Amino acid sequence: MIFPDAIQIADSTIRLATPLLLACLAGLFSERSGVFDIGLEGKMLVAAFFSAAVAAVTGSVWLGLGAGVAAAMAFALIHAVASITFRGDQLISGVAINFLAAGMTVLIAQDWFEQGSRTPALTGAARFAPIRLPGADALSEVPLIGPFYADVLSGHTILVYAGLLAVPATWYILFRTRFGLRLRAVGENPAAVDTAGISVARLRFSAVLICGLLCGLAGAYLATGLAAGFTKDMTAGRGFIALAALIFAKWRPWYALGSCLLFGFLQAVSNRYSTIDLGLFEIPNAFVLALPYILTVVILAGFVGRAVPPRAGGEPYVKER
Amino acid sequence: MQKLPRWADIVLIPAINLVLALVVSGIVVTFIGQDPFAALRIMVNGAVGSTYGWGYTLYYATNFVFTGLAVAVAFHAKLFNIGGEGQAQLGSLGVALVCLALPWPHWSLALLAAILGGAVFGAAWAAIPAYLQAKRGSHIVITTIMFNFIASALLVYLLVDTLKAPGMAPETARFPEGAHLPTAGDILALVGIPFSRTPLNVSFVVGLIACWLVWLLLWRTRLGYEIRAFGQSEPAARYAGISPVRITMLAMVISGALAGLMAVNAVMGEQERLLQDNVLGAGFVGIAVALMGRSHPVGVLIAAILFGALYQGGAELEFETSVPREMVVVIQALVILFTGALDGMVRSPLERAFLRYNRKPVSHAPAE
Repeated sequence: MIFPDAIQIADSTIRLATPLLLACLAGLFSERSGVFDIGLEGKMLVAAFFSAAVAAVTGSVWLGLGAGVAAAMAFALIHAVASITFRGDQLISGVAINFLAAGMTVLIAQDWFEQGSRTPALTGAARFAPIRLPGADALSEVPLIGPFYADVLSGHTILVYAGLLAVPATWYILFRTRFGLRLRAVGENPAAVDTAGISVARLRFSAVLICGLLCGLAGAYLATGLAAGFTKDMTAGRGFIALAALIFAKWRPWYALGSCLLFGFLQAVSNRYSTIDLGLFEIPNAFVLALPYILTVVILAGFVGRAVPPRAGGEPYVKER
Repeated sequence: MQKLPRWADIVLIPAINLVLALVVSGIVVTFIGQDPFAALRIMVNGAVGSTYGWGYTLYYATNFVFTGLAVAVAFHAKLFNIGGEGQAQLGSLGVALVCLALPWPHWSLALLAAILGGAVFGAAWAAIPAYLQAKRGSHIVITTIMFNFIASALLVYLLVDTLKAPGMAPETARFPEGAHLPTAGDILALVGIPFSRTPLNVSFVVGLIACWLVWLLLWRTRLGYEIRAFGQSEPAARYAGISPVRITMLAMVISGALAGLMAVNAVMGEQERLLQDNVLGAGFVGIAVALMGRSHPVGVLIAAILFGALYQGGAELEFETSVPREMVVVIQALVILFTGALDGMVRSPLERAFLRYNRKPVSHAPAE
């Protein structure tokens, strides 16, 4: 039976793509403003922990979400202060944030819950419940589109829909508002923006904080939607896959949706099949898991379409020399 | 103009950064309800209070010397090699293949071959991102990150399939007896000095030689000069006839080879078989070590020993208290943050202070 399999894989593709998508859009804001961020992983991890921890203690997933977002934004603030205010190396700051998150979450988890660096399993109101979209039951009898609507599009948690809506929202903010125009300009030519009398530092701070907010949503979804609680290093490289997706998408919101769905699909496939038998030869699972990274290297190398990062990315802005 | 005296740049700033990192870590320890001074005492005692502690401290330090030198050499060419982890993984593959290839008659032969195997595999893994940076303009940081993940996927694949020994665990067979490196305990027993059973082995000496060779390379050879010139200013180096492609490739290949050598210590010296995760983050510790050691081999050696002590002390801390060993990861993160990203926070006030302090004698000096 191919069709039920396809429905199931499509469903888990959306689930697995959501944290990637939110983190990818987070990186999009930051990098479009000229601040490289390899600390997406760390911010997701710290958000995952605090959302699960606060949800476990209070029993409310919304308070958890708030705590997760706050934690990720606090980490984003460290990155902003280091790389904008003190003009430190953005890449090194990102590395530091990843380690800080990896260490802190385990340390605090052990101190608060003493369950071997995990939070208690979340149940009931401490987790996001799936939302049944209107008409899903009525439509489920219709062939083809029915199961697709009922089982693939419907039945996800609110953060999945938030992630999908964040794509047009990001596109609108970046390409149809004054803030977005300035944000993109500051990532390409900060001196020009400065000459126009607009604060480079303030624009970059807001971009990095938006990045923290979206990473917070990504991490909270991981711990309270996709899983039921925090476990050590639960992001498992998703921050880096999101980074890969961002490059794959050439720093554009709609492309980001596409690349995150593709990478989510690869994860879904490798979760479901241990090897893929193509008759002549078998594709090992490890290869499917490594495919996002390999594809990104290929894209970066410019063999298939060229990915050009924002021109001022990675450079701290010095007003006067 | 030199704003800071040399000693302040080399000693004072790293020291202040380390103290800042330790103070913040102390606050974290207090926050989770432990006494930071007691914790520090346990860590220091555990790391350097016995031959057992020293053995583990220097064993970890050997790993970090190699990965630290790898990052340092790349830093001199202004390349940020974040792929030490993946290069060390490939190095471990090279070392394992060499060790398993022959029934080695003597460890010294096996060691030489393993050094070659680890270095070549590590260098090859660094050469691809280096080529892509030099020729295709793709950012080395991103490609080396991707190559870390590809390396670990490759090892997972090889260890569940091709190289797996019979049995449940995804690991190779044990290396032959002839590939066993003498440990510090074995060697010191020959001259009658008692030393606890630890994984510290002759690779430590290889690490010291590597430090000396890297110093020789960077400050006593033409290539080293070219690497440093390229790192200081690419346009100037280009104008002087230094090929950016050649320097990028060579600096990264040397860097990858050094990272690959880590496996001689960890895989050949300790684990004596190839495991799935054998690097355990040492590639990333190399970043902290290179930053703290100011990318100088002597600094790297000192910083590596310091981090070795932190890792061993952290293990003891976990054993004696309820503080998990991830405490060390927090300290490591703070060291990277303060020495790497927040360097300007300490440096600029210090520069101003030194300028003010130095101005007075200058004003009394006769005009030339």
